[in-house]
Amino acid sequence: MNGRKSSGKAEWLTTMPSLAWLALFFAVPSVIVLAFTFHGHTANGGVGEWSLSTWRELVDPDYPTIVWKTVRISFEVTFWSIILALPCAYAIARMPKRWRSVVAGAIMLPFWTSFVVRVFAWKTLLHPDGWLQACYLTWLKVCDWSFGWLPGFLQRFLVWTGFATAGHVDPSLATILDSETAVVLVSVYTFLPFAIMPIYTAAEKFDFSLLEAARDLGATNFYSFRKIFLPGVRQGVVSAVLMVFIPVIGSYVIPQMLGGTECILIGNKIFMRAMQNRNIPHASALATLMAVTVLVPMGAAMWWKRRQEARDRRKLDVRTNRLMTSGGAS
Amino acid sequence: MKDDFLVFDHVTKRFGALTAVDDVCLTVKRGEFFSLLGPSGCGKTTLLRMLGGFERPDSGRIYLEGRDITDLPPNQRRVHTVFQNYALFPTMTIWDNIAFSLKLAKKEKGEIEEKVNAILGMIQMSEHAWKYPNQLSGGQKQRVAIARALVDRPQVLLLDEPLAALDLKLRQHMLIELDAIHDQVGITFIYVTHDQGEAMSLSDRIAVVNKGRIEQLDVPAKIYEAPSSRFVASFIGDTNFFSGEIVSVEGDYCTIQPEGFPAISAYNDKNLKAGQRVDLSVRPEKIRVTLNPPLPEKGAGINVFPAKVKDIVYQGVYTKYWLQSGGMRVSALKPHSRFLLDQEAITWNDDAFVWWHPDDGYMVEAK
Ligand SMILES: Nc1ncnc2c1ncn2[C@@H]1O[C@H](COP(=O)(O)OP(=O)(O)OP(=O)(O)O)[C@@H](O)[C@H]1O
Ligand SMILES: [Mg+2]
Repeated sequence: MNGRKSSGKAEWLTTMPSLAWLALFFAVPSVIVLAFTFHGHTANGGVGEWSLSTWRELVDPDYPTIVWKTVRISFEVTFWSIILALPCAYAIARMPKRWRSVVAGAIMLPFWTSFVVRVFAWKTLLHPDGWLQACYLTWLKVCDWSFGWLPGFLQRFLVWTGFATAGHVDPSLATILDSETAVVLVSVYTFLPFAIMPIYTAAEKFDFSLLEAARDLGATNFYSFRKIFLPGVRQGVVSAVLMVFIPVIGSYVIPQMLGGTECILIGNKIFMRAMQNRNIPHASALATLMAVTVLVPMGAAMWWKRRQEARDRRKLDVRTNRLMTSGGAS
Repeated sequence: MKDDFLVFDHVTKRFGALTAVDDVCLTVKRGEFFSLLGPSGCGKTTLLRMLGGFERPDSGRIYLEGRDITDLPPNQRRVHTVFQNYALFPTMTIWDNIAFSLKLAKKEKGEIEEKVNAILGMIQMSEHAWKYPNQLSGGQKQRVAIARALVDRPQVLLLDEPLAALDLKLRQHMLIELDAIHDQVGITFIYVTHDQGEAMSLSDRIAVVNKGRIEQLDVPAKIYEAPSSRFVASFIGDTNFFSGEIVSVEGDYCTIQPEGFPAISAYNDKNLKAGQRVDLSVRPEKIRVTLNPPLPEKGAGINVFPAKVKDIVYQGVYTKYWLQSGGMRVSALKPHSRFLLDQEAITWNDDAFVWWHPDDGYMVEAK
């Protein structure tokens, strides 16, 4: 008893600093933000009296579309980042040890340049007179010209990815800059390292002889990647999803600089309300709304998954029991 | 040659400057329990990996049932491997691990269930079917790995030191089980080991590998009794070497004059001439140790040498002696087929005799 108590105390002491840090920089600000939403605002940008006026103002018909767009773009960016990060992480983990640290270092290299500078560089790269734009136009023309001859699944893919509408390529997509495409592209560029790193960390611990075993038993390379490697690095993929999804949902610099008027996300709205309209309570309410939109489905998913796992485990136990009793009977 | 079941035809594999497998030719028969035996780093695993499709030979061909499989990827050969570390899929249950190859072969659901359950019964693991690999003991994992590789009836099963990670007791148990499984399924097993005991007790034939080459390929008894080289003789079991020159030949027998040892008579099965140098190998269990010289009726021409007892290790079943005779340290093994305590004890520093019949020595590597 005694020993347990003292070890509990030691544990408490060692976790104290991080707990204090979390309380000071996460819990307290969150509570403050939440409290602000129940205040009005003053003309000179201050926080006013207790009132529900801020929440009442929030029924702007624009907001649901913006929230939906933000969530959709965050999913798109996360999807493409993971799709690209998986083969990258796999390839790095399979390199000779010497090369791994070099390549991992190279992936982190862009962080030595300011984020804003890099996004600004993309503005130049995607300029309507630039060669990326020229390539893109050619690609669109090829798609448009050949659309009718493409196999059905490719047509559907182009429509699904937004490169084409039902009949032909969408002319409103003609410029990349100041469009949703630019925001997704540069977001993927920016957050790809955050997706590669956790997957790579998981892949480095992965036992690659398992892939050989799968091949040995008749699996193709792709099948063993999907059925053995992917489940093996699942934990890394989950953290990668969080590492990308969470910052993208709150991002405002990239849509601000590359999205033009077409792509205004919730982050931009919060920025506008806080900095231009000087309405801190309103900005706080938007932030709270966004957090709830993300946290509620996430919590539900986690709860559902845990329940599913428990159910699976029980199912396996039941099968084992049944096997044992039937084995005993025969 | 191509008509044989499995053929390695002049197969060579290099890693940079190192030749891991050097011009290996061998044939394996259908249903055989075939062992590759050799010291660490001699190229056994490399041979298996070429057969499994994980390495490509630099030259030479591999044929399986007359078909050239040298360039086929692993998933297109019906050759399965039991890996040294088992390589069970940690995210799947035992049942799914075993069903893996059947599902890939797009077998019907009923058939898969039937086959998996049957093999689970065979390895006596039915009650563990819905556990995950990390919930099993070493021996259980081992059996699952074998079942997973056997369930869709491959043409050849490769086992790369499958018992190396198990403790002695379990290893002995698994040896018997492995033998039983082989008898049941009748599939060709190729078994890699550096443990001569395992190879001897399981195999129909053994290939002794050294530095990427096959030194000898034969049935276990031949390998043990008639090793083709000094390496094989010393790698398989203990032996005493007497190196010297043949001084005379008398009919079927010859006399060898080793350095620092009296002349020895030996059976001249290789028809060697006087003047040739040979290594004579005499296994410890062939050498008798007695306090008195053997009676004359034990035979004429018998090799008898006085020796001083230096070390004794009593093992119950037998006693091992090390004796100094001439300039040689001779090891001898005395089995206890009679009640030991009734006999006259041989102790340290006794003056004794070592003796053996000329037929019991074997001449290797005439140079
Ligand atoms: N991928 C590789 N790259 C370079 N050298 C290799 C490679 N694989 C094996 N070797 C070398 O080839 C030689 C034979 O290796 P192999 O693994 O076949 O030995 P082994 O007989 O299986 O030994 P052990 O009993 O220790 O498993 C060794 O010297 C090894 O270092
Ligand atoms: Mg090996």
